[in-house]
Amino acid sequence: MNFPYSEKVLEHFKNPRNVGKIENADGKATEGSPACGDMVTVYISVDPDKLILTDIKFESYGCASNIATGSIITELAKGKTLGEAKKITWQQASDALGGLPPIKAHCAVLAIEGLRSAIENYEEKHGLVKEKKPTTMETVRARLKKVMNPLSGLDLIRTNLVKGIDVQDGVVRVRIDLPPDHQFANNINEEISEKIGTLWDVKDVIIEFTG
Amino acid sequence: MVEKRYAYLDNSSATRLDERVMDAMTPFFFDTYAVATSEFGYSMGIGAKEALEESRATIAKKINAGAEELVFTSGNTESSNMALKGVAMELSAKKGKHMVVSKIEDFSVLNSAKALERDGFKVTYLEVDGEGFVDPEILSKAITDETILVSIQHANQEIGTVQDIRSIGDVCHERNVLFHTDATHTFTRIPIDVQRTNIDLMTISANTIHGPKGVGALYIRPKTPLKKWMDGGFQEMNRRAGFENIPGAVGFAKATELVTEEENDRLRAMRDRIIDTILKDVDDVVLNGHRTKRTPQNANITFHFVEGESITLHMDLRGFSLSTGSACFSKSLEASHVIMGIGGNHERAHGSVRFTLGRYNTMEDVDSAVENISNVVEKLREISPLRREE
Repeated sequence: MNFPYSEKVLEHFKNPRNVGKIENADGKATEGSPACGDMVTVYISVDPDKLILTDIKFESYGCASNIATGSIITELAKGKTLGEAKKITWQQASDALGGLPPIKAHCAVLAIEGLRSAIENYEEKHGLVKEKKPTTMETVRARLKKVMNPLSGLDLIRTNLVKGIDVQDGVVRVRIDLPPDHQFANNINEEISEKIGTLWDVKDVIIEFTG
Repeated sequence: MVEKRYAYLDNSSATRLDERVMDAMTPFFFDTYAVATSEFGYSMGIGAKEALEESRATIAKKINAGAEELVFTSGNTESSNMALKGVAMELSAKKGKHMVVSKIEDFSVLNSAKALERDGFKVTYLEVDGEGFVDPEILSKAITDETILVSIQHANQEIGTVQDIRSIGDVCHERNVLFHTDATHTFTRIPIDVQRTNIDLMTISANTIHGPKGVGALYIRPKTPLKKWMDGGFQEMNRRAGFENIPGAVGFAKATELVTEEENDRLRAMRDRIIDTILKDVDDVVLNGHRTKRTPQNANITFHFVEGESITLHMDLRGFSLSTGSACFSKSLEASHVIMGIGGNHERAHGSVRFTLGRYNTMEDVDSAVENISNVVEKLREISPLRREE
């Protein structure tokens, strides 16, 4: 029988490594969205002197590829410096798993992005972002591309729900073309705050539902 | 983890052939293998013709139709294509270019409708309620003077919801519009009487009832305007060209005869056991479809906070075949249009699992499947970032 998953993928799927939360994690990030598809949360503990990942855990709401990739990246990243860990690619994760079906590449990418975002989250919180670029509309736009519109499973930018972005004196305003009582308004609100509020120069995020 | 035999619980996709069907078909591969000839042909061909007509009569009788009202096809996809496109070609110039279908139809109906839209037809995709029901009143409002056909399935392929086709047929009849119903998932499982229900065209198939793959039929009420679209010879009373699949027709008839009410009751009991046990024992689940107005063979449940392909893969590794409406499971990476159609979001489709039962399933299979899936879901929830906060 020609099974689409390698033995290694199945092994990590059945017995995922480093699963769970890290309480008071030094860095944490969620990629994907519950309403649209796969979702992965990555937690990291960092040695502040050596900037080494001392511990890493993940949680997955996703398919076999998502779970297996989440599992393998924790093994690949543990003990690495932040710089090294950020360079891990989905191709490396896929190779370490003995290959993933091409159609499932996005599931692997999600886990990789989760790791990178968790490290960025740590760097932002600890003032380690070297070039402190001021947050611009473009920065905000790029982050909003990672917030999903649950109705379509596509991001807010692609689905044309963002009607305005304004950045002034550390206050970011985002106008969303959905009614305030929309079933996913809270969900979207929370996700935007989480994605933008961590930017180093952002003091407040105001989200208006104007639909 | 319980070691056990492989339990196939995806009987609405395909079924295991019944040996008795095979036995009925075998002579038409090796002994009476001629094409069906006219009564002036040669004896083997006449024998084939007789078998074909007997099969037609057996299947027609099951829906209280005349034998000549049934045309054999290559399966439900062809039957539904034939109905929608055949009516469209025949009536577009005479009456109009509008059709009404429900949002949760099988792809054979939905994509036929979409193909017609590309050719200039207008199609209304009717909303259904939270359990998948079409409201006959809403249907009535959707019908216009231009409407030539309404196509509403008898029961849904994913959530098993059984429509009130009597009322739907009445609405179509009152408004003088043809009514096609896809009965792929109800034929022999739920009684259908075309004399008592205003059905003009009906799709049925052998592969869902332990019959052979690649055989179906379209019921056509006499005088229904339907353009012949498979061109070739004069087979099937000049309604569908191509040499008849005689072993297939014989197998379809045998499969029809073999379904009993006792069997349907048995499937219903297994279905209810799945639904009742899971709803009672597993937290954060939702039943998709109606509790009782569903096909005897179908149970469909969403397990929140987990993803369906992960469930079905774990279950496969434990010896159970199931399907899910999760985008990750499908070739198109699209979430189930049925779960979305009943007002569900991607999350609900993502964690939906369909069990469909058949002749070769036992109550032990069902109990074991339920026990295993509860365990799998628990395991997956342990690693999910969405699990309920304790």
